[in-house]
Amino acid sequence: MSAASHSRETKGSGVKWVGRAMRRVEDPTLVTGQGRFTADLPAAHHVRFVRSPVAAGVIIGITPPQGAMVFTGKDVAGIKPITPMLHKFNYKPLGQPILAQGAAYFVGEMIAAAVAPTPAEAEDIAEQTEVSIEETTPVIDARAALEPGAPTVHKTIPGNLIVEGRLKTDGFDGVWAGAAHHVTTDIRSHRQNATPMEARAGHAAYDAATGRVTLTCTTQMPHLTRTAIADLIGMPENDLRVIAPDVGGGFGQKMSLAAEYVFLVWLARKLKSSVSWVEDRRENLIASFHSRDQYITLKGAFDADGKLLALDANVLANTGAYSCFPNTCAVEPLMALAEMPGPYDVKAYACVARGAVTNTCTMAPYRGVSRPIITFALERLMDKAAAACRLDPVEIRRRNLVTTFPYTTAAGLVLDEGSYLKTLDMAAQAIDLPAFRARQADARKRGRYLGVGFAPFSERTGYGSPAFAARGMGITPGWETVIISVDPGGFVEARIGSSPHGQGLRTTLAQIIADEIGVAPDRIKIVHGDTDRAPYGWGTFASRSLVISGGASLIAAQKVRAKLQKIAGDMLEAAPADIVLENGNATVAGTDRTLSIAELAREAYTQTHRFKGEIEPGLTESGTYDPSGTFSNACHAAIVEVDIETGKTTIEQYVVAEDAGVLINPMIADGQVHGGVAQGIGNALLEEIVYDETGNPLSTTLADYLPPTSHEIPQIELHHAVTPSVNSVTKAKGLGEGGGIGAPGAVINAINDALAPFGVQIDEMPATPQRVRAALRAAETAA
Amino acid sequence: MKPAPFVRHAPKTLDEALKILAEVAPQDGRILAGGQSLVPVMAFRMARPAHLVDINEVAGLDKLAVEDGKLIVGARVRHATFHRPAAPGPLGALLAVVVRNIAHYPIRTRGTMCGSLANADPASEWCLTAATLGAQMVAKSASGERVIAADDFFEGIMSTALAEDELLAEVRLPLLPDGTKFGFNEFSRRAGDFAMSVALAVYEIKDGRIASPRLGVGGAEPHPRRIPEAEAALDGQAPGDMAFRAAAEAAAAAIDPLEDAQTDASYRRDLVRAVVRRALEASL
Amino acid sequence: MSKKQPITLNINNRDHKIEVEPRKTLVDAIRDDCGQTGTHIGCEHGICGACTVLVDGEPVRSCLMFAVQADGKTIRTVEGLANGDELHPMQKAFMDHHGLQCGFCTPGFLMLAVGVLEREPDISDEDLLDVLSSNLCRCTGYQNIIKAVRAAAAEMRGPR
Repeated sequence: MSAASHSRETKGSGVKWVGRAMRRVEDPTLVTGQGRFTADLPAAHHVRFVRSPVAAGVIIGITPPQGAMVFTGKDVAGIKPITPMLHKFNYKPLGQPILAQGAAYFVGEMIAAAVAPTPAEAEDIAEQTEVSIEETTPVIDARAALEPGAPTVHKTIPGNLIVEGRLKTDGFDGVWAGAAHHVTTDIRSHRQNATPMEARAGHAAYDAATGRVTLTCTTQMPHLTRTAIADLIGMPENDLRVIAPDVGGGFGQKMSLAAEYVFLVWLARKLKSSVSWVEDRRENLIASFHSRDQYITLKGAFDADGKLLALDANVLANTGAYSCFPNTCAVEPLMALAEMPGPYDVKAYACVARGAVTNTCTMAPYRGVSRPIITFALERLMDKAAAACRLDPVEIRRRNLVTTFPYTTAAGLVLDEGSYLKTLDMAAQAIDLPAFRARQADARKRGRYLGVGFAPFSERTGYGSPAFAARGMGITPGWETVIISVDPGGFVEARIGSSPHGQGLRTTLAQIIADEIGVAPDRIKIVHGDTDRAPYGWGTFASRSLVISGGASLIAAQKVRAKLQKIAGDMLEAAPADIVLENGNATVAGTDRTLSIAELAREAYTQTHRFKGEIEPGLTESGTYDPSGTFSNACHAAIVEVDIETGKTTIEQYVVAEDAGVLINPMIADGQVHGGVAQGIGNALLEEIVYDETGNPLSTTLADYLPPTSHEIPQIELHHAVTPSVNSVTKAKGLGEGGGIGAPGAVINAINDALAPFGVQIDEMPATPQRVRAALRAAETAA
Repeated sequence: MKPAPFVRHAPKTLDEALKILAEVAPQDGRILAGGQSLVPVMAFRMARPAHLVDINEVAGLDKLAVEDGKLIVGARVRHATFHRPAAPGPLGALLAVVVRNIAHYPIRTRGTMCGSLANADPASEWCLTAATLGAQMVAKSASGERVIAADDFFEGIMSTALAEDELLAEVRLPLLPDGTKFGFNEFSRRAGDFAMSVALAVYEIKDGRIASPRLGVGGAEPHPRRIPEAEAALDGQAPGDMAFRAAAEAAAAAIDPLEDAQTDASYRRDLVRAVVRRALEASL
Repeated sequence: MSKKQPITLNINNRDHKIEVEPRKTLVDAIRDDCGQTGTHIGCEHGICGACTVLVDGEPVRSCLMFAVQADGKTIRTVEGLANGDELHPMQKAFMDHHGLQCGFCTPGFLMLAVGVLEREPDISDEDLLDVLSSNLCRCTGYQNIIKAVRAAAAEMRGPR
């Protein structure tokens, strides 16, 4: 056998780790209570923030109790406001002070900080701190904010319009006018909160020996947190270390910079001590970050056969009082602008996407960002078009899904190869539409109302800096670096810039690296979430880490492998290309000449004189990956029963046919889908942040804001298709957000299908029992 | 979300407890029983009692016995006690059905029946049960004891006839005759959440017809109560769809619905109509 | 501040003699005063169940009990589930069935499930599902938690 003929097979035929549902390396720690979460750290001082009780007002005075340690805006006036930037779409920069500077813009805004030896005492002081505010008229709703004569939220943003993106393809009007059917859907997505089970927390400790501060916090992006805080405070970045320890879920809420953390670092430096803030659930619900507060009017022009010819969208997002760093509050409207056509082939597209500032909590990314809403809008439109064209819901989608790749969307995104049609068919087959229709008809005779809903979608994942640059962000994230070191004992450490918090990335990256360098994953440690230990990177969000950090891991591991082969070739007197790395050994292909990888590693450090300068000492390699992005795809289908007397929806069957390319660990992939679907169902049926007309939040407890329990979540039936990604070196696509993207569209379409006999339309999410009953009652009254 | 400071008293005897209560009640003193409703509102600092009289160590308050045709439930008896029949005949079975709708298992291991009654949440399943069955509340204070009928006990949202120095020491639930039919139905958004409407139906069958109907509705008005209009629609009728629907309509029409930001009066009536009929159907 | 009281919390067979204000919740005492941080705080108002521990064998929300009320009582937390290096069947099952992702709610689920199954080993499947709706998880979608608890329940019951 020549070297050339098997050179690509030198990973050998031994045990393969990629593709295995191996148990997670994260778990033993977490199931024994040995996890390290931010709130576990003791501190000398505890902070309780005094938060604005009103939505809008001028602060007249702040009077702390006698002798108490309370800081106000004046104390931190030297810290720059958090001012993310976007250089496109008429974005108006908006700064958020760390503590209010004379005015408050939403209920929950930080006005002062009480500091005491225990959290309870800090809360006592905060409670006793008198804040005198002259209330002004707030603006709560996005549409109201854009009305002529609406109060101005921020003087720097006249008319409250903070961003406006417009797009219209050439010849749009002609295509629109020539269509056989015109269909409109007006959807309302109410405000939601990502609600990680661990609320946010920060702990900053000053080290007198070095003058450095270590900030441990619940962040999804430790490195940028460090850069941003150093910038805002004006301190050397190397005086700040940021650690993201075990983080109890994020779902986007923990990727945006928390003003609280900036304050903690400032305070630790001021007091030269350790300080802690642990967000309570009420704070999390009213003052962390919100999402999904949008109005979308979506119009479609279809030909006589149900082919979508033109799509016209008007998107209005309520972006809240400030702009989140680094994405800016434009993230929802602009993602809607870019991705509204979804998985469908449509050449003519027009969209106006706006963001309005209001006196409500700031909007920031939450799992799926705009896509749960735009998928909901688009899928409502498809069902309405199906009715207009007398097609069944599967058929109209079949006629419109993208089938040739790469496909450039009307908004200019490039869909790489996917299985849109196939996953639709897989879901439809699992549902068995003809059988369901018979069952549905039978149930209706007995006064029971079943419905089916479909939601195919594309999920843009693993996108690198070019995609972010297209947004014009002041900060352009995208790439990731992984540094792999094999120590002299043959154990492997991979330091990564991503910052997983539940995704099992330590396991999946170890699987990727294990296959490449021929050692078992239990010899591989993944180090993340510590700016002193991990290379600069962007963290974990946007379904990116497995693709980008996984790709960087592969690239770094390939370099390590090449070096191991070189060393082995030197020691075994063979061509490096003939060295097979597997099962912890390096073997000359087709022979029994073998050395353990540990022996090679020892050689790489301690016997470098033998390499005669031809091989560099040590076994550390770095890989950086900045991919263009890859779209995974899925089709969700739900069968629901609507109790027409109470308006309550129960999910009877839930099917996901999903394609995320090559699955590194199918168990973890399925878990991501399960969790996403559960959140999507919660978003579709239960979860809503409610404000009253004065801007007072009413959803302040987990008895008012309702994440689903196990009782509300059905068994989720998963089917996989595999289209290996050509845009991802591991051939894997991301899938962290998809579960949540499809569920609202599928579930609410199913509700509408169930209620078809009554002629009602539910175009709001969540589709609460109250809303369903109100629609039915209106129909009963009209009849 | 840490409670404001308070002084805790942990008496061992009832006399001691009542004496302390008499002292501290005027200084914003309250009873702490299971704490499953009180502690959360203290965490939010919506309640900030200066004194808590913790009755969890008071001897005798764990009484659970049948006397004179009544089930006596002391102030320390936890919800979870009723997971298995705690009384003979239909009453024990009824309580075992109802208890499974009270919040969640780990709440039921701590919360108490008397605590729920004294807290008087409009959505409380035990308040509904007490109102429907005509329970007697035994209120004790340093100055004596009085027995308050359920009809007189519940006064409004979280408001009862208990004086500030009175402890609800026990509740007496009448045993139900063998053959008594009952049905319960509750509507909430999620499993274990507060009821948005809840109904309990109890009746006997005489000559194939409904006799002595008791139909209680909770979660819909400031406090649970029996709905005479619905009972009238049942009395003397054959148990079945027609009577049940009539009762449900009567209940929906009779209530004076609670409203909140998300739940208007007509929705509350819709729910009452649904839970009443379903409770009655569950009785079959 | 109100006056601190000396109490003894027996956690996982070890006495912790501590002094706490009456207002301190059991979960805060377990975490801050006894250093057992495996029990987590998710809401502090009794909805999420992250703080579930066993007090005298019964699962309770430790955010809804004051530490002084647990004086002298036997408390079990996630740190005491394993027998040395031998994981409890419930812990193993959560790993085998991918019943956790971020792991924040996991200690509460483990203690809830173990507490109920120890008291009611023959609990019906339906009742077990009802019990699991006591706690919130935001990552897993529950399906794998249910699988894990059912598998562990079968193992805890042993062969019939």
